[in-house]
Amino acid sequence: MPEITRDEVAHLATLARIDLDDAELDHLAPQLSVILESVASISGVAGDDVPPTSHPLPLTNVFREDVVVPSLTAEQALSGAPASEQQRFAVPRILGDEQ
Amino acid sequence: MSDLTRLTAAQAADALAAGEITSVALTQAVLDRITAVDADVHAFLHVDAEGALEQAAASDARRAAGAPLHPLDGVPIAVKDVLATDGLPTTCGSKILEGWIPPYDATVVTKLKAAGLPIVGKTNMDEFAMGSSTEHSAYGPTRNPWDLDRIPGGSGGGSAAAVAAFEVPLALGTDTGGSIRQPGAVTGTVGVKPTYGGISRYGLVAMANSLDQVGPVTRTVLDSALLHELIGGHDPLDSTSIDQPLPDLVTAAREGAAGDLSGLKVGVITELTGDGYQAGVLARFQESVDLLVKAGAEVVEVSCPSFVHALAAYYLIMPSEASSNLAKFDAMRYGLRVLPEGIDNPSAEDVMRASRDAGFGDEVKRRIILGTYALSSGYYDAYYGTAQKVRTLITRDFEAAFEQVDVLVSPTAPTTAFKLGEKLDDPIAMYLNDLATIPANLAGVPGLSLPAGLADEDGLPVGFQVLAPALADDRLYRVGAALEAALQAQWGGPLAPPEENLR
Repeated sequence: MPEITRDEVAHLATLARIDLDDAELDHLAPQLSVILESVASISGVAGDDVPPTSHPLPLTNVFREDVVVPSLTAEQALSGAPASEQQRFAVPRILGDEQ
Repeated sequence: MSDLTRLTAAQAADALAAGEITSVALTQAVLDRITAVDADVHAFLHVDAEGALEQAAASDARRAAGAPLHPLDGVPIAVKDVLATDGLPTTCGSKILEGWIPPYDATVVTKLKAAGLPIVGKTNMDEFAMGSSTEHSAYGPTRNPWDLDRIPGGSGGGSAAAVAAFEVPLALGTDTGGSIRQPGAVTGTVGVKPTYGGISRYGLVAMANSLDQVGPVTRTVLDSALLHELIGGHDPLDSTSIDQPLPDLVTAAREGAAGDLSGLKVGVITELTGDGYQAGVLARFQESVDLLVKAGAEVVEVSCPSFVHALAAYYLIMPSEASSNLAKFDAMRYGLRVLPEGIDNPSAEDVMRASRDAGFGDEVKRRIILGTYALSSGYYDAYYGTAQKVRTLITRDFEAAFEQVDVLVSPTAPTTAFKLGEKLDDPIAMYLNDLATIPANLAGVPGLSLPAGLADEDGLPVGFQVLAPALADDRLYRVGAALEAALQAQWGGPLAPPEENLR
C-alpha cells in the first residue's frame, strides 16, 4: 500500500513552494496517505494496449493571423501587482547571496 | 405583479417584453431579497447594487426605445466568483485573491453584458472550486435554503443557493467534477454542465483545464437552455473552444415540455445506482424513470463497468492539473504577497512559500501536494499515466452506451444535503459526493441535474441526472423539460424551500 511519509510531504511542499508548519504536516500527511490508498485501486485496471487520454477533445494547435489586437494597458496589467516600479512588476530578490 | 423574485427568467423576460414590469423594479426586488435573506444564506461574496441598478436602467431605456439586446435583456444574474469580472472583486473563495479586481471580463461575462443582463454580484464557492460543500470557502460557508444547518453542495453552493432562495433567477456556475450539478441536486435547482468546449473558459480561473466547464444555474430547465444559448459558442480566445454552432437548446426545451418522449431510448447506468445511495434518493430516482416511460421513452439498463474507477482517476488527474495551474499564484504579479517572518531581505522563493502558505486553505494544499506527488518522476506512470488510461476506458464506456441509447440517467448525488461540518475533515467522504457526476467531466460529455422531489426520510431535495453524447446538449433539455413538466404536474407546481427558514 502506498504511503506518504511526513518527510515526503515536507519535500513535496518544498517543490510546490508552500511553507507548511509542523502542525500542518502532522495533519496533512495521514490524510494524504488515506487519499492515496483509495486512488491506488486503479493500478492495473488498464492494460498496456489502452492509450492515455489527456483531454476530452481531439486537439490540434490553433493559430491566428499575426496581427496586433487591443490588449491591456501597462497600467491595467499592473493594477493587481503587490508592488510595481517604473511600469514593471517589482519582485523580491531572485538570486542568492552567493550568486 | 406581487413578488417579482418568484418569476423564472423566462417569465421575467416575457413580462419585460410585454411592458408589465421594468428591469429596475425586478433588479431592485432581487437586491431587496438579497438584503433580506443573504445574512443567513451567505450565497454572495460581493453585491454590486449600484452597478446592477445602472445596468437595469440602461436596459429599460433600450426597451423603451424598442431596441432590447436579447430576450433576457434586463433579467438580473449572479456570477460565480471564479469568473473574472472587470471592476468587480474576483476571489475564487480564496484569501490569496482577496481584494483582487480583474482588469478584464471572462468571455461569458462579456456575453452577459452584451445581452444586457444586470450582474448583481459574485457568488460564494469552495476555494478555487475545490470541494462539494462550499465549506472550503475562505469567507465562510453558504447555507442550504432548505435547511440552514446543511451544505448547499459545492463547489458552486453560492450560485445554487442564491437561485434556490429566490435571491436571483439566474446564475453562472462552473463544473469540474460536479460543481454545478451536485449543488443543483441538493438545493432543488437545475444545473447544466455543457459539452466540454461548448462554452468559453477564457477568464475562468482554471482548476483542471481538461475538466472545467462553465454552465447555467437556474430554477427551470427552460431558463438553463436560454442562458446556455446566450453564453455558448465558439471563442477565439479559448483554443479548446469548439468551432461549430450549438444545437437549438431552447427549442429542445420547449418541445420537451410538451411531454412526448416517444422514440427516445434511455439507459439507467447500473454502476451509478444501488449500494451507497440513500433510500430516498433511489425512490425519487425510480419514480422519475417511471415518468419517462409514461412519457413514451423506452428504458433499459446499461452497464458502464469502468465508471467504478472514475473517482480514483479523477482524484489523480484533477490534482495534477490543479497543482500546475495554481503555480501562477506566486505573489509576484497579483494577489497576496506575504513577507516571511524572521528573514532579512527574503528571496522571491521565500516570499512565494510564505504567501502560498498564508493564502491557500487546507483543501487547496491537499490537492496541490497530491498533484505534485502524482506528477513526480517515479510515480508519474503509476498514477497520472494510469489515470489517463482509465479516462480512455470511461470514454469508451460512454461511446458503447450511446450506441444503445440516446441518453443515460442516474441520481445526481448519492445523498441529500448533509450537515455543515459533517465531512469537513474527512476528504474521502467528501469526495464520494461526486461519484455520479465525475464520469461526464472525464469524457467531456454534457450533463443536467433537475429536482426529482424530496426524500421521504429527511424532506430534502433529490437530483436526477441526464447525460448525453458530446455536442448533443439539446437532448438534455428535451428529456429534462419533459420530466420537469411531468413532476410539476404531480406536485402542483415547482419545489420551493420553506420560506420560514429564511426569516
